[in-house]
Amino acid sequence: MALKLADYKTDVHNDWCPGCGDFGIVNAIQMALAEMGIERDKAVMFSGVGCSGKTSHFINTYGIHTLHGRVLTFAQGAKITNPEMTVVAVGGDGDGLGIGAGHFVAAGRRNVDMTYIIFDNGVYGLTKGQASPTLKLGEKTKSLPSPNTNSNVNPIGLAVASGFTFVARGYSYDVRHLKDLIIKAVNHKGLSFLDVLQPCPTYNDLNTRDWYAGADLVEEAQQRHSRIYKLEEQGYEPTVHYNSEVEVNEKLSQALIKSLEWGNKIPIGIFYKNELVSPYTVRLQDKIPNYLENPPAKQNISKNGHPNTDISKILDSLEV
Amino acid sequence: MSSIDFSWLIGGPQGSGVESGANVFSKVCAAMGYQVFGKREFYSNIKGEHSYFTVRIADKKIHSNINDVTLMVSFDAETIFRHFNEVASNGGIIYDSELEGIDTEKVHTLDAPFKDRLHQYLESKNKPFTIAGVLEIAKEKGITLYPVSFKNILEKLSEEVGNPKLRGLVRMYNVLGVSLSLGLIKMPADPLLNSLDDIFSKKPKIAEINKQAANYSYTYAKNNFQNFNYTLTGTQKESGTILVQGFQGTALGKMVCGCRMQSYYPITPASDESVYLESNEILEIIDDRPGSTVVIQTEDEICAIGMTIGGALTGTRSATCTSGPGFALMTEMLGWAGINEVPVVITNYQRSGPSTGLPTRHGQDDLLFAVFAGHGDFPKIVYASGDVEESFYDTGNCFNYADIFQVPVIHMMDKFHASSVLTCDRFDPQKISINRGKLLEKVDNDYRRFEFTDDGVSPRSRLGIDNGVFWNTGDESDEYGHISEDPVLRVKMMDKRMSRLDLILKQIPQSEQVISFGVEDYTVISWGSAKGPILDAIDMLKKEGISIGYIQLKLIHPFPAYYVSTLLKDTKTIIDIEANHSGQLGKIFKQNVQRDIDYFILKYSGRAMTSTEVYDSLKKIIENKANKREVLMHGA
Repeated sequence: MALKLADYKTDVHNDWCPGCGDFGIVNAIQMALAEMGIERDKAVMFSGVGCSGKTSHFINTYGIHTLHGRVLTFAQGAKITNPEMTVVAVGGDGDGLGIGAGHFVAAGRRNVDMTYIIFDNGVYGLTKGQASPTLKLGEKTKSLPSPNTNSNVNPIGLAVASGFTFVARGYSYDVRHLKDLIIKAVNHKGLSFLDVLQPCPTYNDLNTRDWYAGADLVEEAQQRHSRIYKLEEQGYEPTVHYNSEVEVNEKLSQALIKSLEWGNKIPIGIFYKNELVSPYTVRLQDKIPNYLENPPAKQNISKNGHPNTDISKILDSLEV
Repeated sequence: MSSIDFSWLIGGPQGSGVESGANVFSKVCAAMGYQVFGKREFYSNIKGEHSYFTVRIADKKIHSNINDVTLMVSFDAETIFRHFNEVASNGGIIYDSELEGIDTEKVHTLDAPFKDRLHQYLESKNKPFTIAGVLEIAKEKGITLYPVSFKNILEKLSEEVGNPKLRGLVRMYNVLGVSLSLGLIKMPADPLLNSLDDIFSKKPKIAEINKQAANYSYTYAKNNFQNFNYTLTGTQKESGTILVQGFQGTALGKMVCGCRMQSYYPITPASDESVYLESNEILEIIDDRPGSTVVIQTEDEICAIGMTIGGALTGTRSATCTSGPGFALMTEMLGWAGINEVPVVITNYQRSGPSTGLPTRHGQDDLLFAVFAGHGDFPKIVYASGDVEESFYDTGNCFNYADIFQVPVIHMMDKFHASSVLTCDRFDPQKISINRGKLLEKVDNDYRRFEFTDDGVSPRSRLGIDNGVFWNTGDESDEYGHISEDPVLRVKMMDKRMSRLDLILKQIPQSEQVISFGVEDYTVISWGSAKGPILDAIDMLKKEGISIGYIQLKLIHPFPAYYVSTLLKDTKTIIDIEANHSGQLGKIFKQNVQRDIDYFILKYSGRAMTSTEVYDSLKKIIENKANKREVLMHGA
């Protein structure tokens, strides 16, 4: 029996603040799962810690709510040992780009075939609104005692530079577009990254829903009521088609330049996509020929309660 | 036939082939039927600092090194300066005669504190600060000196075989040293040549050159060196004996017991194990297609244990291998594994702390840290292996414990284990059983990962099996694994998890918890690699008619308090022996058994204990001449 959207929802009470941008992301994930028809027991949501960390409890697949900053480490271990699973990791921008930034960069180098979604709102919501890595220098959100003294991380730029092979940005109030992006990210062969702009209605009084909608721009720019525009509607071509240095460098630098756009024009959509880089599972397959058909999680390790692994050749070589 | 107990030392700058030389020597001795126990000491350095290898050879089982060196071979000045005083009075020193004029100032790697001590000593003996000076002392002590110019040997050899390239091949000094030693003690030459063939099997030309050099110097020693007090011509070989490196015990144990994923971050002395696992990543499986161990080098130890947990969630037996500093980084994750009841194995090859400490030196420094690692109360197992052979079987046990009790298991090993080379009985994989506890292959509806059960252990689903969906969280949770802050549920969940500690003590057989080598008026308690020196020391005392008991603790947490206190109820004096400053096991013992340790024998110089110094201290205790706390110092 085909699964419906409702099948991907749990009955866990959702205690996010009313109007939280996270709702849109959870809905988009559930819609994407339903549209792709992924069996509940063949998908796993890993989450970090913070408001976004609760996501895995709201989705009716395997759900592993991990530790602050560490979500990618758990998720990669699961995907590598059981490559048949659809693995999605989620977390906040503080989680992934602050405490977890080292893992973020290292994950890019590995290119494990899974998806990482950052709920990007510029504040540490669950600890009452401190500045997070994407808040810009000098900005002062509601609960900061003084303006932010750190510069911001550029999530798209960092992902591109780290080696993520699918880098995109979504907006949590454009759920349908976000759902499409999630499907593309999950179907991508390699590590995909989605930076999702997600207003925190309680603590980020700068990048609000109204701000993204361009409400403050109405008088100056009557035509444009939104700061957000879609890359694909501008003829932007993110995909690397040929494995040539020129082509790769051109697409990488184009993505980097695009990632710097902010302010009155904020791009969403796919910035960069390159399936010519081998996913980690393929790299393993190259050295372990039957890795994909007989991955760690599928291996039978015993016979009649005793080991079935034969190390006699190694032991022979150690015999004196 | 009198019994053989012979100790050989080779030293040289790091990178000069000391280790491979020692491996050849150990192989030859093992091939000739001797029992071998070797240990490598080295600096945290790639090239140039002093490293040395001591190989003890006997015709009975041995478990440790002794203080006295019977024969030392050296192709650099530093080895002579550092070790001449360890050579026994009836022993010998083979050395490069070109070095005689060198004084201590010329050896830049001699550090100031050592040089000061040496100068003071030489002054007191009225000797110059030169190689000639220290060798005079050796000679006065009765040691036989065997000077030989390594340069001349190569020159003559190069003429003889017509290969001018050989003249300056200082890289071969190690082979010369080994061959001179074997020639001197009259060990047959064949195993030497065979072992060089083995080592260079992929480079026949290099094998040939090395064999020529070996043959030449072996014959040189036989013909030119005056007779030595020791000849070792071989003994009855015991079948089923293997020569292993310390880290191979846990590595081979992991292959056999089905560990199929290991992630690690490079750290001394733990990484060798992971590298070895990866070198043997494809596994032969009886009646089945090949299996494999996926070994992943991560960006840090946090990721290493994160991946291990991720692997364990898919039902894969997963492990990480680290040392103190890396384990310190893992502790937050350890608590996550604890609250989510995830079976992971952490192999902890300890070294000297605190902080970076002595990064390439030995210490049993982290027992208290392992027992108390992680914030909050959660069940875990801390299990310690006494020797390399044990560590193979213990690895199998650790994975079973992890699966049966659904807890993280910390398997305590150390640098002494990791960098030893020894003969032992061939490992028998069929002595290992595999028990995966309540791991499910199939799940019915309404599955609850943390279901309350009679024994406090819930059936365990894994990622990817039909209907197996569950949730985990680092927060307190309900039976499904969803967050709950309900106070009543919280108490139930805590009690459920913590009841595991009693279950562990009840279900792990006592023979796996504690090994008793006898209980006497004086009884030693100890853990981990101190076992070897203790066994050999007790053996030495027995020959003098002195009986000392010894209880080896393997399960340290949860602590088998009742069993241990029962075992020790009739003993009058308890002696704690371990390689750390504070007597960590002693503290745990006192906390659990409520009994004082009478004497501590401790070592924290960064060097492994020898049986000689353990023997000396035990004897002092028996003669009532010991301090409450005896600190061991042997080793350069």
